[in-house]
Amino acid sequence: MSEWAFIALLFVISAMLPMVPIVGGRLLGPHKPNEQKNSTYECGVETVGDTWVQFKVQYYIFALVFLVFDIEVVFLYPWAVAYNQLPLFGVVAGIVFIVTLAEALLYAWQKGALEWL
Amino acid sequence: MTITPETVAFAIMSVLVLGGGLGVVSSRNLIHAALYLALTLFGVAGLFVLLEAPFLAAVQVLVYLGAIAVLVTITIMVTRRLMGITENVNRQWPVAALIAVLAAAILGFVVISQFAGVYPTQAVPPDTIERMGQSFASHQGFLLPFEVASVLLLAAMIGAIVVARD
Amino acid sequence: MADVLASLADIYTTIGNLLTRLFVDVLGASPELASGIIKFLGAGLLATSVLLILVFNIWFERKVMARIQDRIGPNRVGPWGIFQTVADLAKLFTKEIIIPDGADLVPFMIAPVISVMSVVLIWAVVPFAPTLIGTDLNIGALYFVAVSSLGVVSILLAGWSSNNKYALLGAFRGVAMLVSYEVPFVLALLVPVILSGSMRMGDIVRAQSIPFLVVMPVAALIFWIASVAEVGRQPFDVIEGESEIVSGYHIEYSGFAFAMFYAAEWAHGFTVCALMTVLFLGGWRGPGAEQIPTLGIVYFLGKTFLVYFFQVWTRAILPRMRIDHILSFSWKFLVPLSLVLLVLSVLADKLGQLYIPGYAVAGSFVDLLPRTALLLVVNLIVGGLAALWVAGLGRRERRRQEAALSVASIEGRAAQQAR
Repeated sequence: MSEWAFIALLFVISAMLPMVPIVGGRLLGPHKPNEQKNSTYECGVETVGDTWVQFKVQYYIFALVFLVFDIEVVFLYPWAVAYNQLPLFGVVAGIVFIVTLAEALLYAWQKGALEWL
Repeated sequence: MTITPETVAFAIMSVLVLGGGLGVVSSRNLIHAALYLALTLFGVAGLFVLLEAPFLAAVQVLVYLGAIAVLVTITIMVTRRLMGITENVNRQWPVAALIAVLAAAILGFVVISQFAGVYPTQAVPPDTIERMGQSFASHQGFLLPFEVASVLLLAAMIGAIVVARD
Repeated sequence: MADVLASLADIYTTIGNLLTRLFVDVLGASPELASGIIKFLGAGLLATSVLLILVFNIWFERKVMARIQDRIGPNRVGPWGIFQTVADLAKLFTKEIIIPDGADLVPFMIAPVISVMSVVLIWAVVPFAPTLIGTDLNIGALYFVAVSSLGVVSILLAGWSSNNKYALLGAFRGVAMLVSYEVPFVLALLVPVILSGSMRMGDIVRAQSIPFLVVMPVAALIFWIASVAEVGRQPFDVIEGESEIVSGYHIEYSGFAFAMFYAAEWAHGFTVCALMTVLFLGGWRGPGAEQIPTLGIVYFLGKTFLVYFFQVWTRAILPRMRIDHILSFSWKFLVPLSLVLLVLSVLADKLGQLYIPGYAVAGSFVDLLPRTALLLVVNLIVGGLAALWVAGLGRRERRRQEAALSVASIEGRAAQQAR
């Protein structure tokens, strides 16, 4: 528990450290809003219509595939920590796990989920 | 009750979790709701640390904050127009609030009556992660659930791709 | 005399003891409060030095890139231009922080702060010397991956709250790239954990009698590529896309808010070099580092700057990759490669542990030689096969394109003759 005290302190300090200059900059720096400066940047022309991004399913699919692999890796970490004490059977169990997930990757690949069009 | 640093930390984390939860259900802007969700998940990670389960805390941040919160936020952002969109408030919120308070009261009563005065007597052993790893690979441990989890993830991947491709 | 030398040899413990005695004896604080204050001072020192070493790094990078590009680089502000970064940051401080129309104020201001936090928090588990580490968490390796995944959230926040299509597009592309490279990053990170049997960074460094770069070079390469992509440096800097989408998700930021993003990105670049050093190059290990802990930080910084030099070098010579190439490279090459590497190395290592006499998994340089040799051979075989396959792909692609080209030219000539 005391290990995490350092992390809590570093968290607070690293949150304060950027906030102080930003707040200081807003208080001390020039603050002259005018219509041109505050308008949204679009390479020099005026924006037309609402800000709206066309739905591309690729963004969603990449995040989804990443989620599955993230959870897989989370299971692999305790296995990796105990690796040196495991018998060969334990190592094979881990390999079966990895192979099943390689199969998931292969499925995603074949179905074209990993394209960016 | 003595005020130790752990008590202060517990108070802060509880405020994050509860405040974030309230923010999710009561915020008018969907993106703000997603951000409050991220705050709640972060508070839960802090609670895991206080329960001496740092591995779970790291997993919580990595999976929930780094993947699930991102997924939820991306989904909201690509299916809504930006800015200034407030959702309609559900008209039946007084009834819902009443039911929620009743459920919380019942659960709280059950938990407090069963667990009041019960404190952990054993110290947490220092090598929990190694034991977890060894149990993943032993018959007496969690070998079958470990392998079933991989099949479950395979099924999740297939399902997600089938649904997303439609 | 010998006493003074002994205390100088382990200067970190000496300073810690002096401060504790100062707080407990002179100021009458309790030991817990004293250790709390020392931790606070240490955290402050760590956070400030991470952001200050940035000043030197940016100058170093600009000079090295300039020399590679056959020009001089900054040389006006101070001798050899070493105060250039200070001047730049001072300028950014005085610029107005413009808040665009319709921007969501709280996420807009919080995004740079989260970005900086996600980098500084990583340094809490980096071992500078045998007795100098922020906190030796028992989940050190997983901790810094979790913390760097917070950076992804900050990019989404920045892109969204700017109320700008291009910022949002840039943010999505950035998130897709970061998320795709997190998988090989974490898979390659499994390798030091397996080899040392622990997630503590201190243990990982202590287990490197032979640096893991030599034991599993392909894993080190995968980690290196994935970490350069995680930071968003060339050749993976589509997040910034200076000539494409004009600064991506931080288009609408100016003044010190932009400086914070800028600082966070550079600091992250240096941080992954430090992580590479700790995980694969042996961290603070070097001749005499165990007996004289003070030397540890010298070796650590030396190795980190060497790795940083390589990062700047690749930045200067490689062109930017296209976003779909970047994503295919990660999912279709790096992830399968790291999975295959993991399976084969683990199998070979376990069989070696069981059937080769004298095969040790921990110990001194000589003890670890059989394991190093076996894993190095497996790595070279896997790496060699992967390289051959990629070369074969390139050859087949070129042949296909030449065939298409020659068909087109024959048809073209036939059409011309027919006319």
